[in-house]
This record gives sequence, C-alpha cells and structure tokens, in this order.
Amino acid sequence: MTAAPIHKIAITSEGPSLADPVDARFGRAGGFVMVDLESMATTYVDNGSSQVLAQGAGIQAAENLVKAGAQALLTGHVGPKAWTALQATGVKVVQGVENMTVGEAVTKFKAGLFAFSDAPSR
Amino acid sequence: MIIAIASGKGGTGKTTVSASLASVWKRPVLAVDMDVEEPNLHLFLKQASVSRDAAYLDVPVLDQALCKLCGACAELCQFKAISLMGGHLLVFPDMCHGCGGCMRICPEGALQKGQRELGVVEMGITADGIPCLAGRLRIGEALSPPLMGKVRQRMHAHASKYSLDILIDAPPGVSCPAMTAVQDADMVLLVTEPTPFGLHDLRLAWLAFRPLGKPMGVVINRAGLGDDRVQTFCQEKGLPLLAEIPYRRDIAEHYAHGGILAHLDAGMKATFEHLVEQLDRIGGAVNHA
Amino acid sequence: MHELVVISGKGGTGKTSLTATFAHLAENAVLCDLDVDAPDLHLIAEPAVQRSGPFISGRVAVIDSAACTGCGTCGEVCAYDAIHSEARHFVVETTHCEGCKVCVVLCPEKAIEFPDRLCGTWYESNTRFGPMVHAQLDPGQENSGKLVTLLKAKARERAAQLGLELILSDGAPGIGCPVISSLSQASLVLLVTEPTPSGLHDLERVAELCRHFRLPSTVLINKADLSPGYQAAIHAFCQTREIPVVGRLPHDPAVTGAMVRGKAVTEGPDTPFGAQVRQIWWDLRSQLEAPSSSLSKESRS
Repeated sequence: MTAAPIHKIAITSEGPSLADPVDARFGRAGGFVMVDLESMATTYVDNGSSQVLAQGAGIQAAENLVKAGAQALLTGHVGPKAWTALQATGVKVVQGVENMTVGEAVTKFKAGLFAFSDAPSR
Repeated sequence: MIIAIASGKGGTGKTTVSASLASVWKRPVLAVDMDVEEPNLHLFLKQASVSRDAAYLDVPVLDQALCKLCGACAELCQFKAISLMGGHLLVFPDMCHGCGGCMRICPEGALQKGQRELGVVEMGITADGIPCLAGRLRIGEALSPPLMGKVRQRMHAHASKYSLDILIDAPPGVSCPAMTAVQDADMVLLVTEPTPFGLHDLRLAWLAFRPLGKPMGVVINRAGLGDDRVQTFCQEKGLPLLAEIPYRRDIAEHYAHGGILAHLDAGMKATFEHLVEQLDRIGGAVNHA
Repeated sequence: MHELVVISGKGGTGKTSLTATFAHLAENAVLCDLDVDAPDLHLIAEPAVQRSGPFISGRVAVIDSAACTGCGTCGEVCAYDAIHSEARHFVVETTHCEGCKVCVVLCPEKAIEFPDRLCGTWYESNTRFGPMVHAQLDPGQENSGKLVTLLKAKARERAAQLGLELILSDGAPGIGCPVISSLSQASLVLLVTEPTPSGLHDLERVAELCRHFRLPSTVLINKADLSPGYQAAIHAFCQTREIPVVGRLPHDPAVTGAMVRGKAVTEGPDTPFGAQVRQIWWDLRSQLEAPSSSLSKESRS
C-alpha cells in the first residue's frame, strides 16, 4: 500500500452526511459520501443511476465513483465485476465496512485500522 | 407440424407427456428439449448421443491499440458490458447480450467478435430411432434465450431436411424462455395438475400464450389429486381438455424409475395415442418440409 | 439477519409448500416469493396487500410509423428478429425486443423512441404468518433477476424495520438469472429434491451453482418413498459433494389436501408427517442461527 498518499475517499452510504449509516452494498448503494481527508469537507454522490439498472449496477457505480475522483472506497462488499473495474482504474478498496456511521468509518480509516482488500468478498 | 408442450408451473409433467408423445407419434418426429437450464427429456428417451457441439455468443473483444477512448460503445451498451472509466475502456463479456451494437458503432474498428460459451447443443437418437435434440446451458450462464436460439436453428434445419414433425418440451413459466420455446409451434399443449398452484399457473400460461393466436389444449396430470377447479377453468375459457393422467402410485413410481408412461400399460398407451389423434386434429397435419 | 433460500432446480418438488410450512412454524420471519414468473406462495399465505408499485426494467424500442420511411435499416441491424415490416413501415414486436438500442441509434430518420419498459408489479403485504414481499412479472417479460433483487432488498428493509431476524425466500426453478439473483447473500440454501432421475439430475446442476457461489447448502429429499434406489443415489451424490442432508419426507397427500384448503400442512391437526416437518424446520433453524457448528449432519442411507 505504498504509491501516492490517499486524500480523497468514498464511503457507500445510506445518506449524505457523516452521521448516516454505511450502506454495505456497493452497486446498489443509494450513494457515496466523498471525503477530503485533509479538509474533512464532504460531498454526496447519488448512485441512483446504478440502482435502476437491470444488470451491471456495480460497473455503473464504479463509473460514478471514478468520475467523482475517489482514490479509495470503503464499503461492505464488492462484486467481482465492480472489483475488476476498480482495480483497472486504481481505486483501492476496503471491504467489511458495515454497522457503523460514515464518520466512524472515516475515523477508523485515518487511524490505519482498515486493510485494503486483495479480492472481492463474493 | 410443431407442437410445444408447456406449463406455467414447474413439475406438472411436461417432460413426462413429451416423452410419451414422442414414443407413440404416428409420423417421423424430432423430440426437442428446450428447457436448457434443466433438460430432462433424455432421462426418459435415453437417446444415444450422436453429437455435442458447444454454442457461443458473439461478444466484443477490444483491440486496445486501435481504441481512441471515444466512449461511443460504452454509451450505447444497455447492459454495462462495456464501460469507459478513468481513461480505461473495460469489457465485461459476461454481461453482453450479443446485440452487436458496439461493434457496429465503433468508428475505429477496435472491437472484434469474440465468443462466450453459452452451453452445448446435443443431438442423439433413441433405440427406437427417434432423433432427439437438446440444449444444455453452461452453469453460471445467466441467459437462456441465446442458447435456445441455437437449438431452434438446428431444430428447423434437421426437421426440414428429414421431413419431421417436431415436439418441443418447453421450460416452465411464462417469461422470456417459455415464450421463446413456443414461438415456432402450430399448437401449444398445456400440462397442469388439479391443485391451486396448478390452476393459478395454468391461468398465467393461458394469459401469456393467448396473444400468440395458436390453438391450445390442456392435459391434466395427477387427475384426482386435488379438486375440479382446473376443469371448470378450461370449460369457462373454451380450452379443450385433451387428456387426463390419473394420480396413481404405480404411475408415480414408474416415472421415478425413468419409465416412459406410454409404455406402462395398455391404458396409458391408449391415452397417449388418443392424445396424438387430438393434436393432429387441432394442430393440423401440416408438413413443414 | 439470516436468509434461507429454498430452490430445487426441478420444478414441482415442493419448494413452495415447504416454504409456506416453514413460514407457519417460524413466527418471526419475513416471507419472500422470489418466483416472480409463476408465484404461488400467496395461494397459501393469503396476503393482504399494503403497498404495491410498478416494476420498471430496461427499455423497449417503439417505431413512430409516421416518421418511418421504410428503409429497413432497423430490421437489418436487429439481432433478435424483433422487427418486421407492415405495409410500408416497420414495427417492433415488443415481446422479442431486447432493449439494446441499436435500431434507435442507427435509424437514419431518428424515428424510434426508447421508453422505459413496465415489466410487472411488486407487492408488500401482511399475512397470518408475518410480513410478505412478492411480485408478478408480466407474461413474456425477461426475468433478469432485477425484480428478484428488488424483492430481496425490500424483504431486508422490512425485516430491519420490524426487528425480525429471518427471511424465508421461495425461489424459482432452474439455474438461470433469477435463481442466481435469489442466491445473493443467502445464509443457507435449502435444495429440495425428489428421488427420480430428473430430481437427481437437476439437483446436481443447482448444487453446482451453489458451489460456484460458495454458499452453504443442505438437501431435503421430498416424496422420498417414491424410489429407494434414487433416494440412495441422492444420498451418495450428497456424500461425494459433502452437502448435508437435513432430512427426508414421504409423499403425503395431506400436503395437497392442505394446499387445496389454502393452508400449510402443519396448520391442521398434528400428524406424524407434521412432526417430521417440524423436526426438519428445527434443524434448519439451528443451522441458520449457528452456521459454523451444525452443518455436520452426515448423509445416511
């Protein structure tokens, strides 16, 4: 996990704020909270365009994420196709992030308590 | 003549009826198993395998050297089989529905035809000389209709060449795969059982297939098991009830041992021969050579 | 949250009758009918619909006949034989249209619209067994698994809202898209089979699907007394694949009798058959609640 330091991360979320719970899904998550780790400024990226798809929600979600400039993703689980897409575009992935708020996830990430995944969890 | 044997509900006896019809059919016939997810007809007809050919879907393969990352392909694809993100063009061949659009629209010719294996098409012949055709979907392949399309092509070619009637054992349900299976038929034979589930799904099948404008008939399997609401439904809708197979332990056991019902006894043979006559009368003895 | 998904490969093995019975025995579960093509669970559960909505999925091409010049480009490029000519213009056969958009984009007159496709209806209901989510796909529609995914998400939401720990999902026959979608996030998959050539053949395929997705599964042999030979063959298959057999049930007309009355078989007076089903449910429940410890039932001949 060397290379460029990560300053912009995305967390799959049930709502737009740091207080909202993490959404364990990636492809069909409602949206992502984008966090600038230096300023702690947040923006919300709606993931509705993925939810409406009959198939390929994970791929669309990856597109949305990459377009928003995320360098790392914190989520519950990522499927194999979304994984391929995120690997190809260099986005680092942390899985198993669930049952906490977005803010708690960010704190844990900054404290180095998460490890990057090396495979999709399902 | 082409007859499709279908049903709304699974497990009503489509394969049982198809196998028996094939065994007593009056003219040379091709038995086709279109339930490519769970093909079972061979378990009863027991054909010796003559050929097994892999079937493929054309899917895009990217020649990265030619790609200018314009994204026209990704924008067109409705199935997320191609995606442009972060300066990378990614192809997901498993998602492809084989429409060919991306290859047509690429201005650089950077997308070539590759293949995804759908499954296999199997041809065989029974000990009594009945030719049998089946599709078998690769496990993990999500789409049935493309493989069914390959089976249909082979079906028409073979039946034409040898002037055969066709009996199609369709998959259960009334969604896309079932509709694909019955589309070539002159007549649809619906197999049901006299239970609430059987009735509910028979009604769905009737609603689904009616717009196709093909004559339909009904076989009630396990007659006597439930109640008579299915018979009432058939009368109300003008659906001819063409055969009833009784609910009998010895029939269930014969089936459980892979036996063809028309071979069980004289009564069963007569039931199916009579059914053949009815199908001829309603479906018409049209020769599709 | 645990989800038991009941599938079979072969239709007619008793998935729905069993799921309804487990729903009766479960007391704290959300019921979910994932066979959106030919749903039957409602015939026993008798849902009172609380909410429903349209299920929109994919799109469909529609040719504006006034703008159509009859050039036939659409028909040439359609990979699905969905376009035919009528008089001097062309028409899309909706049931064959795959919604790929190729004709829409390549039509020189831009005469083809591409609206969303209404494919069915979903329902959120209450039943005497508990809350239920179900749906009906419109006839001829593509069963892509998206409606299945939607129902599973609704079941989870409902369970979370009501503080319920268990989802009981009745799956579809086959091994295609809707079955694959049914299996997502299952805690345990119950494979219902019957001792016949088709039962064994289809069990092999659906068990392979579960193995492919690395899902814990267990087998129930229904109508087990139909063939001792095939029963033994199924046990042997399960042993080879290390899939536990949770139990066997004899073929009992009481199940159909109950279905005709719109009831689960355990809603009648106690019978030996009912006791066997209760035992099986008890075992399944234990496996769902303590997955690591109890997937140890050896298959016995």
